[in-house]
Amino acid sequence: MKKRSNAPILWVMFGGGGVLAALLGFALVTTTGILVPMGWVFSPDALSYAKVLGLAQSWLGKLFLFVIVWLFSWHAAHRVYHSLHDFGVPKGWGGRMVSYVVAFVCTVLAAVSLLSI
Amino acid sequence: MSHPQFPRHKGYVRSMNGWWNRNPFFQKYILREVTSFGVEIYAVILTWGLVSLARGEEAWNGWLAAMQSPWSVLLHVLLAASMAIHAWSWFAIMPKTMPMVFIGHERLKDATITRTGWAVAVVATLVSWLIFGWWQS
Repeated sequence: MKKRSNAPILWVMFGGGGVLAALLGFALVTTTGILVPMGWVFSPDALSYAKVLGLAQSWLGKLFLFVIVWLFSWHAAHRVYHSLHDFGVPKGWGGRMVSYVVAFVCTVLAAVSLLSI
Repeated sequence: MSHPQFPRHKGYVRSMNGWWNRNPFFQKYILREVTSFGVEIYAVILTWGLVSLARGEEAWNGWLAAMQSPWSVLLHVLLAASMAIHAWSWFAIMPKTMPMVFIGHERLKDATITRTGWAVAVVATLVSWLIFGWWQS
């Protein structure tokens, strides 16, 4: 049997982020951006400093928060980079700046922030 | 690239403005791909939240207050719609992107894969809200 090649890491992040965003994206955006701020269904204190700090202090919480930011940003970067081409932005450094560099900066900031908590 | 012996070519270059409106298939494609900008914007908002959390209570409360502004809520309504379109299209395309699955000698039908994906996404959304409600109480 022919040996199968390992999928490139970018593609794994694209696929993993795509699945994660498809399954959890809607629930996350509605919870953190609409329901809690408006006090609908959940209390406006649901994301209080003490509660979220507690989550970010546990290793499971750190892992969850990091994986969301990491995979969401890299999934988006991969697609945004190719979409910019569709909108007439030539492939090159400009497009990479608004996609992969944003993803890289988000990943590093999230990791540094979570590790310092 | 210009050539020293010839003037620079200034021929007709077809505009790319609104090319996706030429065909409903292209419109669907662009709508689907534009949702990736929504995922990127949300990743930036979350990163900003984590940085605020690490900086302390005052910074975190600043982030929370920003999330309560009408513009932020409006943006999140758009982001939620974008996430819903992403989830819809992700599983609609899944039969074409995943390897073929055979059960016995029958190939798993495209519609089965797509509908299973949508069902899992709806269940995951409800379970996420339930877990969040349990966690925050």
